[in-house]
Amino acid sequence: MAMRIRNLASRRTMMMNSSPISGLRSMSSSWWKNVEPAPKDPILGVTEAFLADPSPDKVNVGVGAYRDDNGKPVVLDCVREAERRIAGTSFMEYLPMGGSVKMVEETLKLAYGDNSEFVKDKRIAAVQSLSGTGACRLFADFQKRFCPGSQIYIPVPTWSNHHNIWRDAQVPQKTYHYYHPETKGLDFKGLMDDVKNAPEGSFFLLHACAHNPTGVDPTEEQWREISQLFKAKNHFAFFDMAYQGFASGDPARDAKSIRIFLEDGHHIGISQSYAKNMGLYGQRVGCLSVLCENEKQAVTVKSQLQQLARPMYSNPPLHGAQIVSTILGDPELKSLWLKEVKIMADRIIGMRTTLRESLEKLGSPLSWEHVTKQIGMFCYSGLTPEQVDRLTSEYHIYMTRNGRISMAGVTTGNVGYLANAIHEVTKSS
Amino acid sequence: MESVFSNVVRAPEDPILGVTVAYNNDPSPAKLNLGVGAYRTEEGKPLVLDVVRRAEQQLVNDPSRVKEYIPIAGLADFNKLSAKLILGADSPAIQESRVATIQCLSGTGSLRVGAEFLKKHYHQSVIFIPKPTWGNHPKVFNLAGLSVEYYRYYDPATRGLDFHGLLEDLGAAPSGAIVLLHACAHNPTGVDPTSEQWEQIRQLVRSKSLLPFFDSAYQGFASGSLDTDAHSVRTFVADGGECLIAQSYAKNMGLYGERVGALSIVCKSADVASKVESQVKLVVRPMYSSPPIHGASIVATILKSSDMYNDWTIELKGMADRIISMRQQLFEALQAKGTPGDWSHIIKQIGMFTFTGLNKEQVAFMTKEYHIYMTSDGRISMAGLSSKTVPHLVEAIHAAVTRVA
Repeated sequence: MAMRIRNLASRRTMMMNSSPISGLRSMSSSWWKNVEPAPKDPILGVTEAFLADPSPDKVNVGVGAYRDDNGKPVVLDCVREAERRIAGTSFMEYLPMGGSVKMVEETLKLAYGDNSEFVKDKRIAAVQSLSGTGACRLFADFQKRFCPGSQIYIPVPTWSNHHNIWRDAQVPQKTYHYYHPETKGLDFKGLMDDVKNAPEGSFFLLHACAHNPTGVDPTEEQWREISQLFKAKNHFAFFDMAYQGFASGDPARDAKSIRIFLEDGHHIGISQSYAKNMGLYGQRVGCLSVLCENEKQAVTVKSQLQQLARPMYSNPPLHGAQIVSTILGDPELKSLWLKEVKIMADRIIGMRTTLRESLEKLGSPLSWEHVTKQIGMFCYSGLTPEQVDRLTSEYHIYMTRNGRISMAGVTTGNVGYLANAIHEVTKSS
Repeated sequence: MESVFSNVVRAPEDPILGVTVAYNNDPSPAKLNLGVGAYRTEEGKPLVLDVVRRAEQQLVNDPSRVKEYIPIAGLADFNKLSAKLILGADSPAIQESRVATIQCLSGTGSLRVGAEFLKKHYHQSVIFIPKPTWGNHPKVFNLAGLSVEYYRYYDPATRGLDFHGLLEDLGAAPSGAIVLLHACAHNPTGVDPTSEQWEQIRQLVRSKSLLPFFDSAYQGFASGSLDTDAHSVRTFVADGGECLIAQSYAKNMGLYGERVGALSIVCKSADVASKVESQVKLVVRPMYSSPPIHGASIVATILKSSDMYNDWTIELKGMADRIISMRQQLFEALQAKGTPGDWSHIIKQIGMFTFTGLNKEQVAFMTKEYHIYMTSDGRISMAGLSSKTVPHLVEAIHAAVTRVA
């Protein structure tokens, strides 16, 4: 009681003492009254809307998280086993700022190759990161700090969060041509022109495989040409590899673009994520690596990456890293993982085929070739925002308004319904 | 091909984490790590709380658990329970839905996300931090784009609080400036204001419309009581004003490496809190998209079960009591040895750390001659001491104080 009276008294005193000078606000209003509500995240907002929909027919082909053929999230068997081994046995001490050394070592082998000379020669500066987002952000902050005049070239379109990341790192952005709406494939000429016209030594963001959101990747030949042009222009290639193994089912094949650039002598940067290919989404496990001229430089660069991580989160989370190193460090578990990744990739490839065939069988006037030509989790359908809105309001089908379909959300149970709905909203095109 | 980063120079070792690196490289069997603030048992071993192991087992044995992305703001039940933990279950701010709570990566992450939010949305971009403070604080705020000023805090003469200096410096701060306050167990000094002093600080902060940002890294760990250690925060919230709070479960639940914490922003109204939360999410998304699930799941499992919660409070008190007992032992041993100087600050200070008052040269001497590792500001982690190692430390302090200026 006494406390309350004292508080009331002091509040009154404070109000009496607060000056009417402009710039000071009274105790009764909030500091934050001018804060605007933020727009919903375009991708994650789709799932929120889906969850709120009571319709029994609803289909979520929005966010890029894998679902099995029953539409259920999957925890891989290799992951469950790794967790069983970890639980109850390890301490929970801080990891070093650069994260789990073991996990980073195994992760580099995946990207650079099991017998990579760069790994042997210790030329790679690498730190554990908060999945792909965290790796991209650390790199963007590093780029800002050490190449302060530089910009980042980002493909059109790209995962929308890429723009937010480099913007918050205060690195100016430019775009380069990528998707060709007419062919629903790669605008290779546009891409090469933009690469050629960019000032020497520009920084480019490249999707290593399974481009998000379009699913359109350069062919191996095209990658070689891109690499040669990058060499001529002295550009820096930063690869975002979020789907290694998940795209074709073969991790080595999915890393081909990176391997080509390495062969050609580029000093690249790579963001790797285990969100999709190990199903560790919520664990936030990934790795940022930067290939350097020599071991000394790699040590230096790593020390600076750590300086950026320390004031962001001090050191990265332990659990997900333990799962990864348990799996990749055990030949049996690793082999199980490779099998399970292939199963996921194959299911998606199968659904692409089924969706395309279903649309063709319905007599669609449009071509749906791109559904099977594109690769990875997403299909850039070519649907317009208005058509997407109709799919949602009339058929309770949820996807992002750019027409991106998450193939992982397509099942034998809903592919017919999906094909029919797409046909209905597009047949008069 | 030359690297575009060939101009990059090597960064210095982190002063705190670098101590453990140096300790690990020392081959001496007598070495003692009093550097980084992670709890150690009487046997000098890290500790995973029993209740944490139980929560872990529960989680791993639950086949329905998946690893999907959690929301940008983190696990909803974790957030609610964390707000209750720091503010009290009966807090009107919670009942009135005026608190926006976002799961973040431990204390560091909560501070950084809060600071980035302030930089974007608050009219003042200066933050006053105590002198001294945790070494990472200025870096966190600088990288968020805030400018850092200091207020007097530690008085080397008394090895206690420079209360007069604190009031003067905060009194001279521009209206609306942000003020970083250590909720309890100040790091690195272990010196906390009394509750009367807290009340004066609160009145000053509110009269100048300063915005308090609490760093609560040791709730329950300092005194052994979760409520006592939350007292400073709760009195500020009770006056109806706004504040930010960064909470960490690293020490009090021993979840260090899992990076579990929460940022709470106490607002004037539910409407404002909701808008604020939506904006904080925009800070998080381009930083790491969403926080890690594991540690927060453990915390939520414990906090929502009354049995586990009670067991936790017992284990927590056990850790706090061991530290308090180490303080007592160290103090008595120095008295018994007749080491020159007044060492009563060892038992007056609270929490994991003691600011010994030893200078850089004395610290370097103790490392070189006695293989004792601590930060160069003379801060020792009491958690790293045991009854067995107290005598060695006393020898070293005695030698340092009598032989090194």
